[in-house]
Amino acid sequence: MSILSHFKPAFWQKSELSTGPFRQMFNFRRIWKIAVLATSLVTLIPLIFITSIDYNFTQKSIESENLLRTLRIGSNARRSISFFLSERLSALTFVVRENQLEELSQPEKLSSILTHLSDSFNGFVDLGVIDQNGLQTNYVGPYSLEGKDYSNQGWFKEIQDKGFYISEVFLGYRNVPHLIIAAKHTLPNGSFFVLRAALDTTRFNELLHYFELSGRGDAFLINHEGIIQTPTLYHEPVFEKIPYRVPEYSEHTEIREEKNKVGENIIICSAYIPDSPYILIIVKEKNELMKSWQETRLELIGFLIFSITIILIAILGFSTYMVNSMYLLDQRRLGSLHQAEYSNKLASIGRLAAGVAHEINNPLAIINEKAGLIKDIIVYSNDFPKNPRIVELLDSVLASVERCGKITKRLLGFARHIDSAIENVQLNNIITEVLGFLNKEAEYRSITVNIDFVDNIPEFQSDRGKLQQIFLNIINNAFAAMSNGGRLDIKVRPKGEKNVVASITDNGCGMSESDLGKIFEPFYSTKTKTGGTGLGLSITYGLIKELGGNIDVTSRLGEGSTFTITLPLQLPHKSAEK
Amino acid sequence: MRVLLVDDEKEFVTTLAERLTLRGFKVDFATLAHDALALAEKNIYDLAVLDMKMPGTSGLELKGLLQKIQKDLKFIFLTGHGSEADYAAGSSESACYLVKPINIDILIAQMHEAVKP
Repeated sequence: MSILSHFKPAFWQKSELSTGPFRQMFNFRRIWKIAVLATSLVTLIPLIFITSIDYNFTQKSIESENLLRTLRIGSNARRSISFFLSERLSALTFVVRENQLEELSQPEKLSSILTHLSDSFNGFVDLGVIDQNGLQTNYVGPYSLEGKDYSNQGWFKEIQDKGFYISEVFLGYRNVPHLIIAAKHTLPNGSFFVLRAALDTTRFNELLHYFELSGRGDAFLINHEGIIQTPTLYHEPVFEKIPYRVPEYSEHTEIREEKNKVGENIIICSAYIPDSPYILIIVKEKNELMKSWQETRLELIGFLIFSITIILIAILGFSTYMVNSMYLLDQRRLGSLHQAEYSNKLASIGRLAAGVAHEINNPLAIINEKAGLIKDIIVYSNDFPKNPRIVELLDSVLASVERCGKITKRLLGFARHIDSAIENVQLNNIITEVLGFLNKEAEYRSITVNIDFVDNIPEFQSDRGKLQQIFLNIINNAFAAMSNGGRLDIKVRPKGEKNVVASITDNGCGMSESDLGKIFEPFYSTKTKTGGTGLGLSITYGLIKELGGNIDVTSRLGEGSTFTITLPLQLPHKSAEK
Repeated sequence: MRVLLVDDEKEFVTTLAERLTLRGFKVDFATLAHDALALAEKNIYDLAVLDMKMPGTSGLELKGLLQKIQKDLKFIFLTGHGSEADYAAGSSESACYLVKPINIDILIAQMHEAVKP
């Protein structure tokens, strides 16, 4: 709380302080709030808007780039697998077209062809010739399959219609995963025969693993029922069903988003391999795929937070500075208004006093002359016997008239100087004049006033009226601070060749350190309950500054205060011009 | 010494005239400026004691008019405003100023001072 209070701007605490004709013109807290809110909205809304557009755009762009890349990989893989199969099928077709059935029926010839095929195209395991009755008439390979009858098998019926055949991966008699490709050749006499080859799937699997699939990517083949045909990295083993929906037939490579068993988003790229029972499946985890987006996203959010923080700091700083400046200007305006009002009030009181004094002076003069004449008649004329008692009474009347005359003279003198300009003044005389107004109060309250003047105080050019106001305010304050029976010490001394110093010390209630720092601020008063306006010392401070002087105060709570006023013997240029 | 007293306060001017007469001065008095000018036309005065503020013609204006009649006439001014020092400081006139109520002894001393050659 105390740390916060250090950062609280001046206008924050005083927005409701002044009322009446001199109330503050603005609600500075409200202005500050509006300024902060409006500038924040104007700057942050476009920033957040642009950033969110950029966020979405970048996210979509990275996402679509990743999808496109996966699609491209899928498309390439599809072409490669398709090429792998069609290449081998073309090789078989070439063999059956270039060789007579008789030649192919010779084991040596068939073995030679198998050797050539294996050398040229990896993966050929065996080779068999099957006549139109489905009987394998010749066979070369690691197994003993010569004479095997395929006439009842589905593929043999299918090849008769289509002219070629590519099988799914299966274990067969060999109990080893493999696939079969076969090409039919029709002879001129209308009969046909089939050349059938078994392919090792190792080469097939290698082909799928060549594709670079970053992260937890997986590429494998399934058949049209969703049974896995090639080994997977992160999925079920071969011949198990995939845990995803089998994609609908499409001539093109397709991509779709799905959730896996643990609820994570995955991207599935699928492609039907033409003229085969295979569907290529590429599975990628979306999080892995969007890893680069996560980093970009963090950078974007970091940039946004950083920008918002900087903008808010700048807005708060500038708004506070501007509103505080406005507040200080308004305070100065209020202070000037108060000072003008105070001066006007003082001038009005002065003029009123002068009017009263003048009006009293004339009847006083008559009383004075009449009493004087009575005394003269008694003294100078022999018509009346000299009665010392009467003369004594007349002297008393004359003395009282003289006293009244002094009071009215002082009042007139004081009033005349309220609007006065620069003239030669003697500081001792001014303080004596001011004390003349307070003598009676000092007497009633038994306050001892000790005056310590020296004779070598030079006369100097200054504003008598302002000096009277200054000392009247300070001495009045000292009287207010003291209880009955107090003591006031007033000392005037020259200070160097250019200044004169007056110090006024009372043994009154004193002030705390926190009060001491604020006593010259306008509207700060420790006497608000007893009618203090908080302007007396502020105006005094302003007047002393106008005369080019300085005021210092030292005080101890409960012990009293000393006000030290330093005045220049030469007026500052600006005051002198006035 | 023959003295002309001019003040619009009749009570004041008559009493002061009587007191000065008791002290051996020859005193004429007037409450209006034109009465004072008429007296000056008729008599020769050493000194004129004028109130500064009078209805119609001020003490300083009257001084000018009287000087046209009697060139060597000396003047003392009486005032109900301010202090003697204020007047002395604020006026270009090299005359004596006394603020009411006045002390008769000070007035007489100033009168003698004023007519000194």
